[in-house]
Amino acid sequence: MNEIVTPTPSAGPAAATPIATPPPLGLLAELTHRCPLRCLYCSNPLELDARSAELDTDTWKRVFSEAAALGVIHVHLSGGEPTARKDIVELTRHCAEVGLYTNLITSGIGVSDATLDALYKAGLDHVQLSLQGADEGTTEAVGGYRGGFERKAAFARKVVERGFPLTLNAVIHRFNIHQVPALIEAAVAWGAKRLEIAHTQYYGWALKNRGQLMPARADVDRTIVEVEAARERHRGVLTIDAVFPDYYARFPKLCNGGWGARVMSVTPAGLVLPCHAAQTIPHLRFASVRDTALADIWASDPAFEAYRGTAWMKEPCRSCERKHVDYGGCRCQALALTGDAANADPACVKSEFHTMLSDLAVIEAEATPDRAEASYRMFRKDS
Amino acid sequence: MSALADDCVPTLPRGVRLREDHARGGTILVAPERIFTCDEIATEILKRCDGAATLAAIVADLSATFTVGSDQIRPDVEELLINLRDKQMVTL
Ligand code: SF4
Ligand code: SF4
Repeated sequence: MNEIVTPTPSAGPAAATPIATPPPLGLLAELTHRCPLRCLYCSNPLELDARSAELDTDTWKRVFSEAAALGVIHVHLSGGEPTARKDIVELTRHCAEVGLYTNLITSGIGVSDATLDALYKAGLDHVQLSLQGADEGTTEAVGGYRGGFERKAAFARKVVERGFPLTLNAVIHRFNIHQVPALIEAAVAWGAKRLEIAHTQYYGWALKNRGQLMPARADVDRTIVEVEAARERHRGVLTIDAVFPDYYARFPKLCNGGWGARVMSVTPAGLVLPCHAAQTIPHLRFASVRDTALADIWASDPAFEAYRGTAWMKEPCRSCERKHVDYGGCRCQALALTGDAANADPACVKSEFHTMLSDLAVIEAEATPDRAEASYRMFRKDS
Repeated sequence: MSALADDCVPTLPRGVRLREDHARGGTILVAPERIFTCDEIATEILKRCDGAATLAAIVADLSATFTVGSDQIRPDVEELLINLRDKQMVTL
């Protein structure tokens, strides 16, 4: 058996014939931006969709049916907090009925036992619970919600008791980087099968709060050792997937198999994005599921075409031997830090902005963060 | 001597699904964040892991269906199941 990886397009004269893009594997459904937490690094856009702008139940169902027909395998029911939607069980059941693999991405706050039971019956396949820290104080400082840690611990146990596979996802930064061993122990104690140790990616809210969040190099190096040791110790019991920070890297990360290659995101109001942060790129316009078929958007929407493949690349990517390896890295980070989304990701050593990036990481990590400057996400007053 | 007991019951736990891949063709095994393509042999084995059949029954059924001796089939079946157990994708 082979794990599916994105096929590398063969270079050479045959590439002259346009090849249809293979169907997407994953759909991130941001059902709502409403959430009891307000994490400093939230991946929701700075402009949050109001409840009144959210797609209704029937439209989401149609989107899921279209996604299944198009070839999507995994659907990630996310937010905000997806269980803030009253129709979460109905939507989950519909996904299961059309053959989609369902993953609920939740904060675990405010999810009742009855909802969990109903989700189980509806066919939910997997639960992914976010962790802000390994104790009450850190959880509150990062997520802006009191008492969250105990509630998350209780939620995790209920998920595992019911027989769901559980993944914990912890976004790592300066506030909790010393808690990586404790997070690993919590994952084992709670019976999670997977733990994602994901260092913060800096765009959107996280970019606004970068001065607060940037960890020191020595701390990052230490977590790499800690994760390695824990992988050995917990082999067969807990799988640990770790994403280390870009700012200290030599080459950028491959983002989701490349732009428009494997996944699509749908916002609460129905816009279809090639990447969940694509709205940070100001010149892109996005189609809506309200008036366009998902298959048409995937096949030829200009926002998907913009950075698909390698034709859009400039130097140093254009002539780089790694261009089919990382596809130039993250477009959103290239835009945020170099001002042009078509530049190489500045995490790359070949980027002229690379030293600026690593210097900046050192300066910010060494500075003492001023908590008064932290920006917590919030809805605009009129929403 | 085989590594797995005759009466163990190979089961795909919640969160692991075997299904047709209509868009790309073939059969896939889907787990959280992971997708595996199955060849014909793997598909025939996993189809029979229904949470009720024992390993011995699965091997006997395969042997009858494909008219191949059980002793020839068994090692392949065990290898696949052990591999998937280590990935937390099958319980035994
Ligand atoms: S130059 Fe571009 S393609 Fe090459 S490694 Fe850097 S980001 Fe990747
Ligand atoms: S382009 Fe950047 S921000 Fe968008 S999903 Fe990829 S890594 Fe994340």
